Amino acid sequence: MGYTLAEKIIAAHRVDGAPGGDVSAGDHVQARVDVVLANDITAPIAIREFEKLDDGNGPLSGRVFDPERVVLVADHFTPNKDIKSAEQCRFVRQFAEEQGLPHHYDGGRAGIEHVLLPEQGLVAPGDLVVGADSHTCTYGALGAFATGMGSTDIGVAMATGQVWLRVPETMRIVYRGELRPWVGGKDLILETIGRIGVSGALYQAIEFAGPAVKGLSMAARFTMANMAIEAGGKAGLFDVDDKTREYVGGRVERAYTAYRADEDADYARVLEMDVSQLEPVVAEPHLPENVRPVGAIGEVEIDQAVIGSCTNGRLEDLRTAAQVLRGQQVAPGVRCIVIPGTQKVYLDALREGLVEALIEAGAVVSTPTCGPCLGGHMGVLAAGERAVSTTNRNFRGRMGDPASEVYLSGPAVAAASAVAGRIIHPDGI
Amino acid sequence: MTIEGRVWTCGDHVDTDAIIPARYLNVSTAEALAVHCFEDVDAAFAREAGATEEPRIIVAGHNFGCGSSREHAPLAIKGAGVACVIAKSFARIFYRNAINIGLPILTCTEAVEGSEAGDRLRIDLRAGTITNLTQGETYETSPFPSFIMDIIDAGGLVAYTSQHG
Repeated sequence: MGYTLAEKIIAAHRVDGAPGGDVSAGDHVQARVDVVLANDITAPIAIREFEKLDDGNGPLSGRVFDPERVVLVADHFTPNKDIKSAEQCRFVRQFAEEQGLPHHYDGGRAGIEHVLLPEQGLVAPGDLVVGADSHTCTYGALGAFATGMGSTDIGVAMATGQVWLRVPETMRIVYRGELRPWVGGKDLILETIGRIGVSGALYQAIEFAGPAVKGLSMAARFTMANMAIEAGGKAGLFDVDDKTREYVGGRVERAYTAYRADEDADYARVLEMDVSQLEPVVAEPHLPENVRPVGAIGEVEIDQAVIGSCTNGRLEDLRTAAQVLRGQQVAPGVRCIVIPGTQKVYLDALREGLVEALIEAGAVVSTPTCGPCLGGHMGVLAAGERAVSTTNRNFRGRMGDPASEVYLSGPAVAAASAVAGRIIHPDGI
Repeated sequence: MTIEGRVWTCGDHVDTDAIIPARYLNVSTAEALAVHCFEDVDAAFAREAGATEEPRIIVAGHNFGCGSSREHAPLAIKGAGVACVIAKSFARIFYRNAINIGLPILTCTEAVEGSEAGDRLRIDLRAGTITNLTQGETYETSPFPSFIMDIIDAGGLVAYTSQHG
């Protein structure tokens, strides 16, 4: 019996048991990590736990295991939204200075972590990455095993360079068919979550496969891997192919290994999806599994459209938004907020004329931040307000007041809806 | 280790935004977070934290703690005087976080289905038994893997790592 992609990557990182020995789903292993990540929300707790580890009597030195491999990004409540947030960011900054961490990103170097790390070449195919952020699974698009954990796990990993893992079962999803116009990675992953449910991949890794995803851009793959957690998944992985190699070429400076699942790997489930007839979809409140074709949701007026986030804040997403919004006007009474994922995405969008088109259409274009996705700042909803958003969660109260609503979509639907003032198919404008 | 407390119930897919809304993530201590725990779901939850001497036990459905990785969620629950969470299943990051910070959690569908709000439970963590004192029923849970039990016994991951490196 062969091995899944997740099993192979974990086996290669195992530090207990026989070196290079095989691992199978259900095994508990101790593994070394290539990258450890935290943000302005989760790092303060991780740092406090890290500092508790060195009591002067134990084996730990009070230093991080490798300064090059600990990445701290201030992105959630930044630019600092209030005094307490500023204090959290200062605490993280001081730690980065004390430890001499070259990969601490804030201010003009910052961006939304899961757009920023791949862009900066900090994650390579075959890596094992842990991050104190649930959307760390995004890096599965690069053929890395990447998973979110809490701050204590990350504090310990910063010190030891290791984590314990239960090797997950894997669900393989094979996508077939040519995609229709305006259908992208976000529609594929929402449709998948609608099909398997928000706990459909609980504790499992997902392998995204098949001809329909081979044709996807890296941006679309990041979008899909990003939302594996929304099905309860531990990781969401893609095979490394020419597009992956082209993306990491010139970014990743270290050697890497591209692992591939065996033909006879043991899968918990194999799901075939014909996506040739798929229309753009939305997820209705208050769970990402409440997915319907955009044409089937009826008259849903909106107060706000958000285009951005670690799910859809890449240049390709902004191009799609600008393609829809160019020459149009955001409907009266609607706030359309566009947030480039990183400073580089922002600059590229500016140079391409996308920012100009978006502003001329009446959109707000913000500096990179996670802000509105989690109801932090830069677009919080009042009671009774409704948003369409390219973010990843539509839990009750996620974007503001508990009596507000979030509909999830891809950037084309969000941009078109901003123009129409109600949720519509991009063909409708 | 034996825990006794009174049941507070919730349904499936309780997410971390419900447990501790993101607008309060500009603080990170259990005490500061606890006053906002479940604020948008049940405003009385946090208020009642110090009102009785009897601890509370959360009894939940599937996928408890889904969503964000925020360790603030189990910290807020622990800070609000919850002695244990019993669910049909847990989201995996919440599960790790709870063990790492020393919040007892158990997976037991039968106990969830057999318990109502206000029931009194007695839990023996080592034996893996849950007794509903109100209903007069006892349920057995499957034990933790041994190395997770070692983390629990040490008092959480940091204490465990300090001892073992």
